[in-house]
Amino acid sequence: MSMDRREFLKIAGLSTILGGVGGATILGGLRGEDVEASDSSHAHGNRPASTLAMVVDVRKFRNESEYQRCIDACHKVHNVPTIENPKHEVKWLWREDFEHSFPGQGHEFMEEGVEHKDFMLLCNHCEKPACVRVCPTQATFKRKSDGIVMMDYHRCIGCRFCMAACPYGARSFNWQDPRGFISNPNPEFPTRMKGVVEKCNFCAERLRKGLKPACVEACRDNKAMVFGDLEDRNSEVREILRTHYTIQRKPQAGTNPRVFYVIGG
Amino acid sequence: MYGKGKILFGLAVFLGLVTFPFYSNLGKVGAVPEPSLNTPVINAMRDKECVESEEFMEAEHMQLLDDWRNMLVREGKKKYVNSKGKEFDISLQNTCLNCHSNKEQFCDRCHNYLAVKPYCWDCHFGPKETNWTKETDV
Repeated sequence: MSMDRREFLKIAGLSTILGGVGGATILGGLRGEDVEASDSSHAHGNRPASTLAMVVDVRKFRNESEYQRCIDACHKVHNVPTIENPKHEVKWLWREDFEHSFPGQGHEFMEEGVEHKDFMLLCNHCEKPACVRVCPTQATFKRKSDGIVMMDYHRCIGCRFCMAACPYGARSFNWQDPRGFISNPNPEFPTRMKGVVEKCNFCAERLRKGLKPACVEACRDNKAMVFGDLEDRNSEVREILRTHYTIQRKPQAGTNPRVFYVIGG
Repeated sequence: MYGKGKILFGLAVFLGLVTFPFYSNLGKVGAVPEPSLNTPVINAMRDKECVESEEFMEAEHMQLLDDWRNMLVREGKKKYVNSKGKEFDISLQNTCLNCHSNKEQFCDRCHNYLAVKPYCWDCHFGPKETNWTKETDV
């Protein structure tokens, strides 16, 4: 078949238009798709029934033992192994200084009391958890009913994608059987096995029984850690968030953490 | 046949060796283990009934446990309602093993016989099985 110049230009023009339309549709589809972890806006449409959250009032931790009793309460009730080797260590609730807790949020002239203070850290149970997005087996997932980022240890294959994805270092890998490192275990809660990733579960098993999380219970006398429902306007956490200036860890990560910190003032 | 005696002798030895596992186990097989129900909690029960009927539990307990773990961990359900409408707390450690506190005579007996190795116990505690710790400080 022979084709003159006019015919060729017609076909070329038509295919450019059609191709352009198709391409634009594809691009629009890509742009329109909601990429959960990249959206850091605080505008929300459908609110869930309940969103559990924690407020840590750092001012109320005054000495070693006040930190330690919370950590011990958590680690004891969940059979978290005590491993000295920092490369193998497992932690659900731990402490870290300002620079490592809130990188980029401090400066060289900041108040020394805050700069050298230790902060209680735990899984943030983010609104848009990066760990959940990357988990290939859905072993970690966000529970719709209360927003807890849960672990299903039965499904975890130990790929550690979630550990790489979590901006807060809230996850620990069991490099060895943890059972040799737990003294006086709690028989009502399982341990983990070698090769799974574990983290704080906001005491889902205690909430089921109507109890507060173990760490909150441990510091109930000075209310250094307060737990509650963000969807309930009259909850204690909402009251503190309303009346105090609070910060979150690494807000720039766009995950919208559900653990808030009262720093000073 | 050339070398008849040697061949027949060889064949006899060969057949003897090949069939050794069969006649050596003759009469020993068939002792299917009976899971023991002799525990204080079960003995104290008036109606000795498990979560579901005995036939169902025998055939489907692994499926039931799998459903339970999904219901509890993923769907956040606390209670299981059985076919008769009775409610149970969903928990291997605290519901199943509360009655079946004799894991060795109940679970392990059958599992060993059938050479299945469920990995439940890598994480979940068997009854009074916490003596693997290095030191107990109560």
